[in-house]
Amino acid sequence: MENIDCGLEKVREETVLRYIFRRLAWAIPTLVLVTFLVYIALRIGTDPVESYKRSNPRVTKAKVQQYIDINGLDPNYVRGYFKWLKNFLTGNWPRSIKGSREVWPKLKDAMANSLRLGVAASVVGISFGLVIGVIAALRPGGRRDVIINTSAFVGISIPPFISAIMFQLLFAVYWQRWFGYSLFPTSGVYPAGHTGFNLFLMLKFMALPTLVVAIQTIAGYSRYMRSSLLDVINSDYMRTARSKGISERKILIKHGMRNALIPVVTLAALDIGGILGGLIITENIFSYPGMGLYFLKSFGDGDFPLLMPWMVIIVASILLFNLIADISYAWLDPRILLD
Amino acid sequence: MALKRFLAHKAAVVSCVVIGLLTLFVVLAPFTSRYGINEAVQGPPNSFLTPRSKAWLGTDDIGRDIYSRLIYGVRVSLLIGLVSALISVTLGALVGATAGFRGGKFDDIMMRVTDLFLAFPFLVTLLILRNVLGALPWLKPLTGEMDTVRFIIVLFSIFGWMSVARIVRGQVLSLKEREFVEAARAVGASRRYIIARHLLPNSIGPIMVSLTFSVVGAIIGESTLAFFGYGPQAGAGATSLGILVGAAKGAVQTGFWWLAVFPCGTLIIIALSINFIGDALRDATDPRLDRGV
Repeated sequence: MENIDCGLEKVREETVLRYIFRRLAWAIPTLVLVTFLVYIALRIGTDPVESYKRSNPRVTKAKVQQYIDINGLDPNYVRGYFKWLKNFLTGNWPRSIKGSREVWPKLKDAMANSLRLGVAASVVGISFGLVIGVIAALRPGGRRDVIINTSAFVGISIPPFISAIMFQLLFAVYWQRWFGYSLFPTSGVYPAGHTGFNLFLMLKFMALPTLVVAIQTIAGYSRYMRSSLLDVINSDYMRTARSKGISERKILIKHGMRNALIPVVTLAALDIGGILGGLIITENIFSYPGMGLYFLKSFGDGDFPLLMPWMVIIVASILLFNLIADISYAWLDPRILLD
Repeated sequence: MALKRFLAHKAAVVSCVVIGLLTLFVVLAPFTSRYGINEAVQGPPNSFLTPRSKAWLGTDDIGRDIYSRLIYGVRVSLLIGLVSALISVTLGALVGATAGFRGGKFDDIMMRVTDLFLAFPFLVTLLILRNVLGALPWLKPLTGEMDTVRFIIVLFSIFGWMSVARIVRGQVLSLKEREFVEAARAVGASRRYIIARHLLPNSIGPIMVSLTFSVVGAIIGESTLAFFGYGPQAGAGATSLGILVGAAKGAVQTGFWWLAVFPCGTLIIIALSINFIGDALRDATDPRLDRGV
C-alpha cells in the first residue's frame, strides 16, 4: 500500500506546507489585532488613569502625564496603542502602579507556578482520561462503560470551585480533626517562610490543586475519547478492514486509535493553549500564586502596566496553540483542506 | 418519537422531576420558606447555629436561616439562568442560522470572531466584559448598574449567544443541502422565509440542547462571579445561590460545614439535573442512532 501512495504523499505534503505557511503569515496580524482589542477593552473597562490616581492619591499632574506617556494611554486609541506597542517590544516596560515594582519578575514567577500546575494536571488528566475512555469504549453499554460514563458526567457537571472547596474541607479540615494532622496543605506553594527549592514539599502543596483540575480533565477527555473511538469503531472503513480478515486487535490499534486520536489531539492542543489563564478559580481557592491570582489582583487594582503583558502572554499562547491545533489537524487529516 | 427516546434515559426523567419540584418550591417562595430573607431566626445568640428544628439547615453569620435564604437565592439564580439563556439562544439561533445559510464573508468573520472569543479563558472574558459593559454610559438604560440582576442577565446573554450561534450554524450547514430547502428555493422563497420556516424549525433539537446548557452555564457563571464578589448585590440582604456558595469559602477554615455543604449541594444537584436533561435531549434528537450505546 505504501508504494502506491507515494505520489499522493508528495501532493499532500505540498498542500499542507502551503496551509501552514498561510496560517503562519496570518498569525502576526491576528496577534496585533487581538492585542489591540484587549488594549481597548482594558482601557474602557479598568480606567487605568483613574486607577493610577487612586493608588497614588498624592501624585502630581506631571507624574500622571508621565504615566500616560509610558503606558501609551493617549486620548487617541490607535496612537496610544502603537506607543504602548513600541515600549512593549523594546523591553521598556512601565512599572506597576502600586509601589513601582518591576513587572517581569512577578510575571515570570506567576507563569512558572501556573505552568507547573497546569502541565501536571494536564498530563495526569489527559493520560488517565484517554485510557479510561478507551476502556469504556471497548465494551459499550456494559457495566464498566455505564459506571465510567456516569462518573465522568458527574465530574464535568460539578464546577471546579465546588470540588476545590469540598476537597479543602475534606483533606485539610476534617482529616486534621479525625487524624490529627493535615494530609495535604491547602494554600500556597511552600510553607510560609520557606526558601529555596524542595521537590517533595512542592509536590505536596501541588497535590490538591492538581487533583481538582485533573478531575475535570479526566472526566472530559474520557468522554471525548470514548465517543471518538466508538465513532471510529463503527465506521465503514473499519467494517471493510474486518471483512478483509484482519484481526480485531490489529484493527483497533492500527486504524482505530490513530483515527480516534485526531480530534482528541486537537482538543488537547486548544486546552493546553488555555492553561495559563484557565486556573484562576483553583488558584484563588488554594491561594496558589500563579497567573490566575496575578490577574485577579492586578485587575482588581486596575493596574494597567501589570495587566497588558499578562494579556499578551495569554493571547500569544492561545493563538500559538490554535495554530498548532489547526496544523496538526491538517497534517493528520488532509481532507479538511479540500474546502 | 424523540420524546420516547428521551423518556428512555432514566437519569434525565428523574432530573426533570427534580428540577420541576425545585422550581415549584422556589416559585412558591413566601409559602415554602420559613423565614424572611433577612430575618434572624431568634434573638442572639443566633449566629452559626448548626442545623436544628428551628433552622433546618443552620444559620449564617448574622443568624439568618440558611434554608430560607437558599430558597430565595435559588429563585434569583434560576431567574438569571432562564432569562439570559432564552435571550442568548434567540440571538444566537438567528445569527447562527443566517451565517450558516448565507455563508461567504459574513459567515467567515463570525466564525473567526466567535472562535477567538470562546478560546479565551472563561473568567477572564467574563470579568473584562463585565467591566466594559459597566463603563459604557450609553448602555446604562439597558443594563442598569453593575450590581443589579438585570446587568448580570445582559452580561450572560451577550456571553452566551456565541456558542449557540456556532451550534445552530453547524446544523444549518448540514440542512442547507437537503431537498426541501432546494424545493423552497425553486419556488422562489425568500432567504428570510427559508430560515424562519424551514431551517430553524428543523434545528429545534440542537437549539433546545443549547438552551439547557446555556442555563447551566449562566447559573454556574453567576455563582463564579458572586464567588469573587462581582455578583448581584440587590439590596437589603438579598441573595443568590452564587453569594451563598461564595460564603462557603470562609466556612471551610472555621468548620461551619453547613454553610458550605447545603449551598454547594444544591448547586451540584441543579447543575447535574440540567446537564442530564440536556444530554438526554441531545441523544433524543440526534438522528444518528447507530453509535453503540
